Parts: sequence; C-alpha cells; structure tokens
Amino acid sequence: MSRPSDGRDEFVVADEVVAPRLGPLEWLRWAWRQLTSMRTALLLLLALAIAAVPGSLLPQESADPNGVIQWRAANPAFVGVVDALQGFTVYTSVWFSAIYLLLFVSLIGCVVPRLRHHLKAVRAAPPRTPSRFARLPVSSAATVQGSTAADAVDAAERLLKRRRYRTKRYGDSVSAERGYLRETGNLLFHGALVGVLLTVFVGGGFTWTGQVVVPTGTSFANLESQYDTITKGRFFSDDSLQKYSLKLDRLDVTYEKQLGPAFGQPLDYTAHVTTRTDGGAPVERTIKVNSPLDIGGTSVYLLGNGYAADLTVRNADGSVAWTGVQPFQPQDPRTMTSLGVVKAFKTTDPEKQIGLVGFLYPTAAERTDGTYASIFPSAGSQSLVSFFAYEGVIDDGSGRPQNVYELDTKALGLKQVAGRTNPVQMGIGQTATLPDGLGSVTLNGITRYAAFDVHHDPSQGLVALFVGLSVLGLITSLLVPRRRLWVKVTEQQDGDLLVEYAGLARGDDPGLERAVADLQRDHRDSLEPGLARAVSTSVHPRGGGTGAA
Amino acid sequence: MVNPLDQLSELLLVSAIVVYAIAFIAFAFDLARRSAEAQAVVGSGAGRDDLRAEQGGGVAVLVEAPPAAPPAAKGRRSSARAGLALMIIALVLHAGAVVLRGVAAERVPWANMYEFSMTGTLVMVLVFLGVLTRIDLRFLGAVITGFVVLLLGIATVGFHVEVSPLQPALQSYWLVLHVLVAILGTGFFTLAAALSAVQLLQARRERRSQDVRPTRLKLLATVPEADRLENLAYRITVVGFILWTFTLIAGAIWADHAWGRYWGWDTKEVWTFIIWVVYAGYLHARATLGWRGTGSAWLNLIGYGSVLFNFGVVNVFFKGLHTYSGLPTS
Ligand code: HEM
Repeated sequence: MSRPSDGRDEFVVADEVVAPRLGPLEWLRWAWRQLTSMRTALLLLLALAIAAVPGSLLPQESADPNGVIQWRAANPAFVGVVDALQGFTVYTSVWFSAIYLLLFVSLIGCVVPRLRHHLKAVRAAPPRTPSRFARLPVSSAATVQGSTAADAVDAAERLLKRRRYRTKRYGDSVSAERGYLRETGNLLFHGALVGVLLTVFVGGGFTWTGQVVVPTGTSFANLESQYDTITKGRFFSDDSLQKYSLKLDRLDVTYEKQLGPAFGQPLDYTAHVTTRTDGGAPVERTIKVNSPLDIGGTSVYLLGNGYAADLTVRNADGSVAWTGVQPFQPQDPRTMTSLGVVKAFKTTDPEKQIGLVGFLYPTAAERTDGTYASIFPSAGSQSLVSFFAYEGVIDDGSGRPQNVYELDTKALGLKQVAGRTNPVQMGIGQTATLPDGLGSVTLNGITRYAAFDVHHDPSQGLVALFVGLSVLGLITSLLVPRRRLWVKVTEQQDGDLLVEYAGLARGDDPGLERAVADLQRDHRDSLEPGLARAVSTSVHPRGGGTGAA
Repeated sequence: MVNPLDQLSELLLVSAIVVYAIAFIAFAFDLARRSAEAQAVVGSGAGRDDLRAEQGGGVAVLVEAPPAAPPAAKGRRSSARAGLALMIIALVLHAGAVVLRGVAAERVPWANMYEFSMTGTLVMVLVFLGVLTRIDLRFLGAVITGFVVLLLGIATVGFHVEVSPLQPALQSYWLVLHVLVAILGTGFFTLAAALSAVQLLQARRERRSQDVRPTRLKLLATVPEADRLENLAYRITVVGFILWTFTLIAGAIWADHAWGRYWGWDTKEVWTFIIWVVYAGYLHARATLGWRGTGSAWLNLIGYGSVLFNFGVVNVFFKGLHTYSGLPTS
C-alpha cells in the first residue's frame, strides 16, 4: 500500500503518448487527451492559484473601487499596463477566465469517461483471485484442521459479506471488493463543482443589488427608482421586483462606554422596521448586522448607518429656501464625525443659491484652536453642526443630476461667504444667521439613518445544494477506503487446509493490514475455534505490488 | 485600562513559552543522540532492522500502538520522553492562558491576530500530541516546539493587544465556526508540512545512500523512510483539507450574512481560495505520474507557505474587509 495508483492509470496514459505523423483528427484527439490528463489538471490548478494572486495585490473594482481610484492617482506610470492586463478586474479578466474555463473543460473531459468506467466497475464482479499472494502488498497464511475446503470458503465469503464486501467465488477461493463509494464520492465531488460554477454563471444573470439610505421615520418602496444605486444582472426586468415597502422606525446603536482602547467602538446595531407587502398588514421586524431580513424575494442587509440633520434654510424674508433631512457621511466610526452637504435652490435671488458644506460632531468638543472635534459617537444636546457657506448658481434648472453628497465649489464657481474663521454653527433647536444677508439655517434635530443593501439572488439555494453535495463527495472520496481482499483455500496431502489471505488497497488505505489480520482471526474462529494455528504472516511495509508505484 | 485576567493570561503564556523552549532543547538532545546512534550502527548493518522493529513495521503503526522499543533504544528515549512531558506541562499553561483570555474578553479567544496565534499554536500542539497517541512522531518534537516558541514569541511581542469587544460584523456564530475550523485545519497543515519537509530531506538521503555518498544528517537514519513520511503527510493533509473546505464554506456563509454576498474576492477570501486550490493540487499530485514523492512534498510546503503568508502578511499588510488583526492601521 502506498500512493494511489491502480484504477487510475488509464487516465494518465496520455503522458506517454508520443506523436508520430498525425492527421488533424488524431491531433485533435491527442490535444484532448492532453487537456484531460491528470498532469494538465494539476498544472491548471496551480495556474489558477497563481493567477489569483495579483488580484490580492492590486485593488479590485468590485471589492474596493476607491482603492482603484487611489492607486491610479498614486501610480500614473503603471496605469496603462495594469489596465491592458485587466489588473483591476482580475477575476473577470480574459486570462483568469481562460484558466478556470480550461480547468472545467478538463474536469468534464476527465469525469465523463471515469463515470462510464465506474458504472461498469460497480456492476462487475470482483476480479479473479491472483495466483501468487506473496506479490500482494499484504498477505498471510494459516493451516486449519478438521474442515473442508468448501466449508472454509463458505465461511470466508459469509464473513466478507457481513463486512459489506461484494464477493465472487473462483474455485476454492473468494475474491471481495469494497469501497466503490470512494470513486462515487470523487465523481460526485468533481461533478458538483461543475454544478457550482454553472449555477453561479447562470444565476448571476438573475441577480440584482440595490443600495438605499433610509432616515429614521421614513420608508422606501422596492422600486427601481427608489434605490440610490442598483446593479442589475443580464436577465433583470421590471417585474423582477416584488412590491413591498419598509419603514425605518428606529435605529439603535450601542457604543463601548468604558475608557480603554475600544472606547467609542460600536457594539451593536439594530434597525427596527415596519414592512408591508403588497396588500398585506404592516409587520414589525428587526435587522441586525449579521442577520438580514428576508422579504419579497430579497434579503435586506444593514450595512451602514450615520446621522442625518433635519435642517431648514430660510431666505432673509423668512421664506423657506430648502428644508429636509440630509444624511451626513461618517468619517470615523469611533467618533461619527460626519460630512454633509446642503443645496438650497429656492432663494429669493436665483443668482445667490446657497451651498452648505460642513461637519456634524455628535459629541462636540472645542479644540485649542477654536475648531471642533467629536469625542464620542452619540448625538444629543451636545451635538454641533458647523458649515462653510457658498453662494452662486448651483442648479441652473437644466436638470443635470447632482450628487447629493458633494458640492463642487470650484467647478460651479461659487463664492465662499463663511469659512474657517466664521463658520455657520448651531446645536439642536438653534438657528444661525447666514452672512451676506442670505438668511438663516435652523437645525431642527438630528436623527439616524440606515444604509440598506437589498439583494435578490435566486441561485443561492442551488449553489448551496451543489456545495453541500461536493462536500459530501469530498469526504466519502477521501475517507472511504477502497480495497480488495482474497481468501484462497488449498487442501494439503495430510488433510489440513492451507488458508491464504491477501489484501490490496486502491487509493490511500491505512486500515488494510488490520483488515487482513481481522479477517484471518475471525475466519479461523468461525472454522475451528482453538484448533487453527498460524503458519506465517508476512507484511510488506512498502508499497510493492501496486503496479505504478 | 488593563484587565487583570488578561495580565494573568499573558503571564501563563510567557511561562508556557519558556517551558516549550526547554522541551525544544530536550527534543533537540534526542535528535543529537539519534545522530550519534546512527553513526554507531553504520557498518554493523543493524541500523535499519533495529529501526523497523521499533516502528512496528510500516503502515501497521497507524492502527496499532508500536511495540516496546528494543533495549538499545531505551536510553535515547529518555530525553524524548522528557521533551514530551515538558511539552504537556507547557500545553497546560498555554491552555490556561487561552481560556483566561477568553474569560477576560467574555467571548471566544480568536478575534484578533494575537488571540489567533495563541489559540492556533495551542491547536498545533494538541494535533501533534493527538496524532502522537497513534503514530510515533517524536522525531518532530523539536520542529513543533521550536515553531510554537517562534510563533508565540512573535505574537506576544508583535501582536499583543488589550482585550476589546467585537465589532458588530464579527458577532456571529459563523465567525466562531469559521475561525475555529481554520485554526484546526492549520494545526493539521502544520504537522503535514513538517512531515513533508523531513520527507524531502529523507528522500535526498535515500538518493545519496544509493550512490554510497555519506550524508551529514546522520539522524535521518533513525527516521522513517520517505515513502512512509509521504503517506503520513498525505493522511494528515487530507484532514486539514477537509477542515479548510469547511473554512471556505463557513466563511462564505458568514460573508453572506455580514456583507450581503457570499463571495466577493476580498483579499482574505482570495487567499483562502488560493490555499484551497494549492492543496487540491497537492492531492492531485499524489495521483499524477512524475509528481509523486518529492514533487507533491514541495506542493505541500508551498500550500503551507500560503497558509503562513495568509496569516502573517495578508492580515497585517493587505487592505480588505477582514482587517481583524486589531493592530493600528497605517
Ligand atoms: C476545478 C478543478 C478541480 C478541483 C478543485 C479538484 C479537486 C480535487 C480534490 C480535492 C481531490 C481529492 C478528493 C477526491 O479524491 O475527491 C481530487 C481528486 C482527484 N481529481 Fe480533481 N479537482 C479538479 C479537477 C480535476 C480534473 C480536471 C481531473 C482530471 C484530469 C481531476 C481528477 C481527479 C482524480 C483522478 C482524483 C483522485 C485522485 C486520488 O485518487 O487521490 N480533477 N480532485
């Protein structure tokens, strides 16, 4: 018993093919044999491992788009090369795809003939008993008195059957084999891998993902137009979305309050929501970071949170230039200092629209230089909002879409009217006057908002099924021993019986010797307890005998 | 703010390191003796047979306890036995340190690199001792204790962080399972890698002894043959591979719960995948003509290299969602 060898070699013969003059068909056949050989599978696996490395060194568009932007800015000299090699989209690149597609073609080309071979083997009887047991990796012999050859073989066959071996009599010998499950498991494993890949491929087309920011007290409906961003698979259509709405009633966040290295670290986020499906009654549910909400064929994940400021911007005459709940983007989860933008268009003078850019400090503390910082992430009466203010034309009525989180003061040619020395600052319930007679800003309150990711992936269940099958296959294939055992009985001149036992592993099998020894012991006991005596036991510790080893 | 339980845990850990270091010396002493012994039997022709008897003859050892050592080997075994005893004492201290850390943090002690190293090395030792009850691998005692001392040293000096609560994304049963299985898998991979490394040395020695060139590493004469080392490495890797498959799957499920996608080619996911693929390559290599033996042993070491890289380099230097080292980021 040594390395796995027999029963496999028909899949490695391609290694030895020498090519004399070949026609096109033979070339094709030869190429196919090469592709589906074990050695190619191995090389493709190693190639796949190596090809996956660059994607962990370079930022990827899919996982880290900001990283890509930074990398581009920091390494302008290499951007051309990296782009040409699809270095920012490694896992969907031509070369990465080529490797795994080849691997899977090789896999299918390898599994199909093995499946055929295995189906035949499962139906076939165990092979003929070898003539010389001594050449097998494990063999032993004993003499038995007072029994007939037929009885002895019967007894051996019974024992082997009880051990769930498949048996076949050849004269005064019995040949037995077990562990067909090993190859079954192997084929199941490889086949299920193909299933995983296909499901991911096809299923990806039906997948869509939307992101939406929902301030406390407001709701969103599962409609394409309601999402801030939405990524759609190839087969997305308007009726891919089931109707439902979700209202954020409350977002509870707890922070570490003990002084120490973790001070201010968030400990828990819980979103309390009310959902309503088409025609259904409202239902109260909760969403936590590790437990999404399943509704209307989607999963709703709580992936982000922040503060939104409820603000009213008034013109000098008291009319409202803008009012609403504006989400701010957190800059640091430990302090929740957040950055936000307000764009007020309904100004009395359309040339003097108001742009506000500033920070929200949940727990504001004044620094020595007069600026503020947040020292804890909780908001309340201790909170402060501080804006720089700009005037000019922000929205020219052309309907160009604008990013609500950004104000490009340079591109719009805005004039700064309040800055570091005279910021527009206010606490909750306070009103601050805007310079240049522009009016005032009132902070009505601060609420939390939740950022939800909504996913629809109908293939997930099937992927999980194939993964489960492949694990099942893997475990049986690696742990079920496959082996053959033989018992041969020879009548000797003095009337005694010489009983020989032998075993051969097919694949890795640490229990082979014990199996032979146990069989011999039980066989002796079943024939003539106490009478049998061992003649010789020989053990070949090294793998001799298995052809290719 | 210093947690007194954590302080006690650190004290236990440092004591464990010291005892492991002494165990290492004892095992190294055993290796030196083996070396001397192998020298003494060279030429007498008795070396190999003696050894066979001691190892209980090939694969049978896997299922049966080895028979008692012949008298000649008794003396040499005393330092190995001392090493083993010390290793068990160190293990108890080490386990105490891990448990106290968990109590201090009020959660499982594997949420940052310091804790991962601490628990990971504990599992390595447990796996080694567990396998030792069935197979005589004492010749690896020095390798394992040496490696554990090194890793624990790096962990206490380089990775130590105060106990802190888990970020919400890490509060999941799947994290507990995912990391636990990864640690277990790493324990098996470590042992398998050590065996493959010795296998490579042994294979070289066997090749040399055929052309009658003496080797300097005499102690290898007292270690099992390359073939047997390969079989052992294979069996242990198989267990590691199954565990790693679960790591991959549990990680995907956790990622699905936490981030809303089961696979996103995050750096840490990429490396978990690379490791899995390299070990799949190793399993194939054993069944591929021309790759058996030395080739597959190298693959096993490359796989283990990726495991170490994933832990030591990816966690600390790479950017990704799994930034759980707990170390300040630059
Ligand atoms: C996606 C690519 C592949 C992966 C991840 C993979 C993985 C594995 C794993 C983990 C094993 C060991 C467990 C078992 O025996 O079931 C294995 C065994 C095996 N694979 Fe693959 N495999 C792949 C492709 C292939 C291809 C293309 C071939 C054929 C050329 C192949 C042929 C085999 C054979 C014959 C075995 C049994 C080896 C033995 O007896 O030890 N595999 N594979």
